[in-house]
Amino acid sequence: MKKTLFDKVWDSHVVRSIENGPDVLFIDRHMVHEVTSPVAFLGLKNRGAKVLYPGRTFATADHNTPTINQHLPVADPLSANQLRALEENATAHGISYWGLGHEKNGIVHVVGPEYGITQPGATIVCGDSHTSTHGAFGAIAFGIGTSEVEMVLTTQCIMQPKPKKMVIRVNGSLQNGVTPKDVALYIIAKLSTSGATGYFVEYAGNVFTEMSMEGRMTVCNLSIEMGARGGMMAPDKKTFDYIKDREFTPKGAAWDKAMSYWDTLYTEEGASFDKVYEFEGADIEPMITYGTNPGMGMGISKDIPLATDLEGGVATYQKSLVYMNYNEGDTMIGKSIDYVFLGSCTNGRIEDFRAFASIVKGRKKAEHVTAWLVPGSHQVEKAIKDEGILEILETAGFTLREPGCSACLAMNDDKIPAGKYAVSTSNRNFEGRQGPGSRTLLASPLVAAAAAVTGQVTDPRTLLQ
Amino acid sequence: MAYDKFTTLTTTAVPLPIENVDTDQIIPARFLKATERVGFGDNLFRDWRYNSDNTPKEDFVLNNPKYNGKILIGGKNFGSGSSREHAAWAVYDYGFRCVVSSFFADIFKNNCLNIGVLPVQVSPAFLEVILEAVFKDPTTEVVVDLPSQTIRIPSTGDQESFDINVYKKDNMLNGFDDIDYLRSMEEEISSFADNTPL
Repeated sequence: MKKTLFDKVWDSHVVRSIENGPDVLFIDRHMVHEVTSPVAFLGLKNRGAKVLYPGRTFATADHNTPTINQHLPVADPLSANQLRALEENATAHGISYWGLGHEKNGIVHVVGPEYGITQPGATIVCGDSHTSTHGAFGAIAFGIGTSEVEMVLTTQCIMQPKPKKMVIRVNGSLQNGVTPKDVALYIIAKLSTSGATGYFVEYAGNVFTEMSMEGRMTVCNLSIEMGARGGMMAPDKKTFDYIKDREFTPKGAAWDKAMSYWDTLYTEEGASFDKVYEFEGADIEPMITYGTNPGMGMGISKDIPLATDLEGGVATYQKSLVYMNYNEGDTMIGKSIDYVFLGSCTNGRIEDFRAFASIVKGRKKAEHVTAWLVPGSHQVEKAIKDEGILEILETAGFTLREPGCSACLAMNDDKIPAGKYAVSTSNRNFEGRQGPGSRTLLASPLVAAAAAVTGQVTDPRTLLQ
Repeated sequence: MAYDKFTTLTTTAVPLPIENVDTDQIIPARFLKATERVGFGDNLFRDWRYNSDNTPKEDFVLNNPKYNGKILIGGKNFGSGSSREHAAWAVYDYGFRCVVSSFFADIFKNNCLNIGVLPVQVSPAFLEVILEAVFKDPTTEVVVDLPSQTIRIPSTGDQESFDINVYKKDNMLNGFDDIDYLRSMEEEISSFADNTPL
């Protein structure tokens, strides 16, 4: 039988198939952070177990870290305690630990690829749903719960039934001003937040092959927002060029050996999927969300749909508009906004800062807007400085914060106040996600930049040269 | 960590017929700072349950004394969003042992199974039946019978069967967890690891 990319990677990692049950899947790489790991380490201790392969696990602190004054002790005692627990656990078990202040510290899904931990054909898990990001390299990567974190620490395996397979093809040319984030938000709006539940997605088509690795990461990152465990793309020259010579990628003969495996990672002609979606790249506009889940997105020039146009879910839709204080039929363009957040594992990479800078260059931040620009890692931060982007941002009235998850989930002090509107390049617009009572409009870095300089929802195409 | 065995549960139920209930509602991120698995039930549905001054919101179902029991009935796509197992812990710690919905988000469902909370997926029609019965009479008992994989309402005679894979069912019935199973495979895993390309 012809195999898909997903079949090849999954099947080659099955240690044992349990009849009428899950597969025992070997995990090549495991990333841990401070929030979802302490109870797993505690479980390990209670069992009297040890970490089976410490070299396959990597720890970084990101969810709960401040994005200013990182050189000072963390003020919140609960956060400080959680960060200390990660350091103690990682050190005690011989796991690489990149804590606050470490040059490699940053968002787990940003630093993994930067240091070559993320590799094609690998199985990668982390106690974080946006682990799907790493699928951009042709890896099977997905988020797990804390029980499974303990499982991987103890046995380097997890037990999961093999998901069904979906392919999403997008072909054609993207319009000017349409970014990978818009492509992903468009797909999620089409499929809904549960449209891919139970599936693992492969993205195919020239729109994805033409994207940079950063763009592919943004798309795969958002796979979970349509319910999919993960999404992946076949590795190609761009992938191999990106990973070559990074710290944890194989070198010399080991590289050649790995390449002989990586070269097999594509979906064979005639291989079948359980579900197929096809979209036209030219149909996609810059996107924005108006509701309280990532599926409630639309082209920025459109109006909020009417309840009568919906297929079910009206009560939830209305609840969501009440929360946002929007009305059905409203136009999004021109809506006043209060905050802009550029960052997160979705859009906290150098390309996102370049895009943001391309709009704010020669303009000024709107006076009433508070903008939090948070690089995904120190490498991103360094590139922002080296490429002269920082100067552009500062001239336009912006400041740069230090790396971390920040306002994406607002576990630290970066909370959007109740009732305020934030145009955010992150991944979730759930009620209270960015702080109790906060209202989130998900969008691309271009849309975020346009909002930051105009103080309202603005079509970035009107500002692009 | 092994957990309580689950066989048959007979209890009243708490209805929450909202679609796309995400894990940020089940347990907001600011309550994820603990390093032990204790006390999460206090913050279950925190921002739907309490006002910003910590007074209870009277109209939220968990604050309505009419409704209680060990089954939570949710709307379609329950548990979407983050992989935080804290959401399942909060559901468990509050006292629920079973969540019923017409559709579950994948990771949440898996997390529930891993800690001994039974996710029961029913048809949209049966979800309506069960919600109607509970709204009409909050003292309505619901029986979730894992050995026979059925959920029924004795007072109305309605019932439906549900799916669960044989392995997970066996785990739930016996209170076993996956780590016990995997640790018994240590040699098989280490010989696999020796031959893996990455």
